[in-house]
Amino acid sequence: MLNYAFKRIIQIIPILIIVSILIFFMIRLIPGDPITIRLGPKATPKMVEILIKKEGLDKPIFDQYIIFIKNLLRFDMGNSIVYHIPILVLLKKRIVVTLFLTLFTLIFSVVISWPLGYLAGIKENKIEDQIIRTGALVALSAPQFWVGLILMILFAVSINIFPVGGWGDTWLQHLRAIILPAFTQSLMTAALLARNLRNGVVDILKMDYVAFAKSKGLGDKVIKNRHIIRNAMVPYVTLIAMRAAYMLGGSIIIETVFALPGVGALMIQSIYGRDYTVIQGVVLIFALAVMTVNILTDLAYAYLDPRVRLE
Amino acid sequence: MNKDGLNNKKKVSLFKRSMSINIGLILVLIMLVPAIFPQFISTHSYTEVSFEEMLQPPSSEHLFGTDNYGRDIFSRVVWSTRIDLTIGVLATIVPFITGCLLGLIAGYYGGWIDDTLMRILDIFMALPFMVLVIAIVAILGPGVRNLYIAIWIVGWKYYARLVRSEVLLIKNSEFIQAAKVLGYSNSRILLRHVLPNTLSSSIVFAASDVVMCMLTGASLSFLGLGVQPPIPEWGSIISDGRAFISSAWWVTVFPGIALIILGSGFSLIGDGLSDILRTKGR
Repeated sequence: MLNYAFKRIIQIIPILIIVSILIFFMIRLIPGDPITIRLGPKATPKMVEILIKKEGLDKPIFDQYIIFIKNLLRFDMGNSIVYHIPILVLLKKRIVVTLFLTLFTLIFSVVISWPLGYLAGIKENKIEDQIIRTGALVALSAPQFWVGLILMILFAVSINIFPVGGWGDTWLQHLRAIILPAFTQSLMTAALLARNLRNGVVDILKMDYVAFAKSKGLGDKVIKNRHIIRNAMVPYVTLIAMRAAYMLGGSIIIETVFALPGVGALMIQSIYGRDYTVIQGVVLIFALAVMTVNILTDLAYAYLDPRVRLE
Repeated sequence: MNKDGLNNKKKVSLFKRSMSINIGLILVLIMLVPAIFPQFISTHSYTEVSFEEMLQPPSSEHLFGTDNYGRDIFSRVVWSTRIDLTIGVLATIVPFITGCLLGLIAGYYGGWIDDTLMRILDIFMALPFMVLVIAIVAILGPGVRNLYIAIWIVGWKYYARLVRSEVLLIKNSEFIQAAKVLGYSNSRILLRHVLPNTLSSSIVFAASDVVMCMLTGASLSFLGLGVQPPIPEWGSIISDGRAFISSAWWVTVFPGIALIILGSGFSLIGDGLSDILRTKGR
């Protein structure tokens, strides 16, 4: 297992290098340059020239890339062209927000999907199953930014339980601020998970080993815990992990809707502000996060399903 | 359980299966009407500005109310149907074709072709769909055309993966061997024998992918990166309403419902198809 994990971590490196090359060169194709935007309309050509030199934007693009990689190896992602502070400093606070959002989204997703998916599975085609499946279907077709706004109208505007947006200053405020966005983001994942679990349970109930366990005279509880849940867990956990990667992408929209100062919102702001270096940093962070999640998924998969052999 | 009980159960589930496809088709067909004939359904022009009628609540004159420019929301929602439906379908078809072909070729020929494709897939898989699409739109500039290009560049990865794994499963089966022994050309074997047997899971995925693409298009328009004003689009109408959610809920609510209806239609079709596939595979 350790060997496998090590091998997978090594495999990340070439992918990260290619992603960094692609993103570095592609970002520079963005029309409009950050210096002019930062200085505003009153900038003289002289000022622009000085600043371009200071930021190293006058060097050949290949040299700029080499400098970028050298700095990256020292955990220095460079400075934000717009804010003038190191990108890592900029990212540090925001990563906490996005991780917090992702964590709560995962918790909500599991809490919602596990009982519903299981219930739908054991009541296949009965009314409970129909209702849950229809609910899941609607949740999958609803745009997250819209659901977020509707919840905001209901729970932040009409009855003032949660803030309309923002992040707050204390942990208590953070907690209040995160509930609506996390719940919004969890609906789609919960729907997918519930559906997946339902199908899993339906299939497992038809398996010989469940019939065998029943004929052995095992109690319902034992069958449920040892046979059904244990086997339904494997695809469920894999799907959770796959969604975790997807959520990082979804955070761009949710954070914008709820004005949360996370990594996703930073990406949108940097795109509007043409802050090359920050976009670059954010995309690399996203890539690193997704690949880490993928490795963890494979490891969890092997742990839960003894038939899987890692090479 | 007696024999009759089993039979009944089977009948019920078969009936339900076609039910979800039927309801899905009905929903999609209903939404096709405003998509094809918006001029007959809309009650006002979708661009007509009227400052006397700003942010009016729903009434018999303005069924869904008006926005902050006094434009009729109902007419704007109706006119949006065409563009959202087109985004959903067009953004799905192109990656479907390229992805399936790439997966087919990679899976069938193997070797360096397969290796190269898998390495490219690794890179695409390393970034969330949304992050890549937004990054590409940021580079190309906002607008519908670039939205399509971005989704086309990113979307094929799922199809390539699905088809490739199916090709690997049937590549060595007898009927393919037989076709080879008969001396059929590679392209004939690929298109007439391999392809039809590997498409089913991709078709099921495509039905839900239409919803995904539609939501992506609406999300990007919501962020101001997709469909540009004055063309109405559900996501951008919702974005217009965002500033007024405390006073004028109707601007935000109605376009979202339209999206859910059309999305559920496609989801139901996809659901029905995958149920059929699941039982077939059992």
